Amino acid sequence: MAELKPGCVTPAKGPIGGSDPAPTATETNKEAKPRMGVMVGKPAPDFEANGYQDGTFQTFKLSDYRGKWVVLCFYPGDFTFV
Amino acid sequence: MDAEVLSMSVDSHFVHKIWQEEELSKMVDGGVPYPMLSDQGGRIGSAYGVYEDGAGVDVRGRFLIDPDGIIQAMEVLTPTVGRNAAELIRQLQAYQHNRATGEVTPSGWQPGRKTLTPGPDLAGKVWKEWKPEEAF
Repeated sequence: MAELKPGCVTPAKGPIGGSDPAPTATETNKEAKPRMGVMVGKPAPDFEANGYQDGTFQTFKLSDYRGKWVVLCFYPGDFTFV
Repeated sequence: MDAEVLSMSVDSHFVHKIWQEEELSKMVDGGVPYPMLSDQGGRIGSAYGVYEDGAGVDVRGRFLIDPDGIIQAMEVLTPTVGRNAAELIRQLQAYQHNRATGEVTPSGWQPGRKTLTPGPDLAGKVWKEWKPEEAF
């Protein structure tokens, strides 16, 4: 975790590794390869994201939590009802 | 129970701060303690298969990740139905028990209830060890 420097736009890395490289000319002729997916029993895709905790803005990296159980919860949006 | 929670939506970390201050802190004393992460652009949600590009949001996906970084359980709901935290906790307890002991937990297991030890002796004999009523 690293504290974020104040600023308007401070993009974090997002997903780390695992993304497919651009297809080569020969590959485009073949059937599209399945996209990177998630599956139980397989590694969770690593990422770095900006976040807010305890009054501070920080960047968080999933792989920094190695050695701990993690519950990662996605949700549609702040100020929603459910 | 030992686990770290990370929440994530396509909102910016600035919006997370205001939601915490204006609303969540009125539901939970001191606000939610866990990091509220930003997935602007939905790239992380896409990697987890939970980004809905029509609405531009991450749907309600939940991933239980073990200390080795392996996904042990996942659940994905459309936006209109909320989660059941009790089932998440039960799964976490079961996976932690399995990791500590090697025992496996039959359907409906709750802490303190009977576990099973897989092996040749158990094949065809589960009926002796576990009754369907225990699934509920």
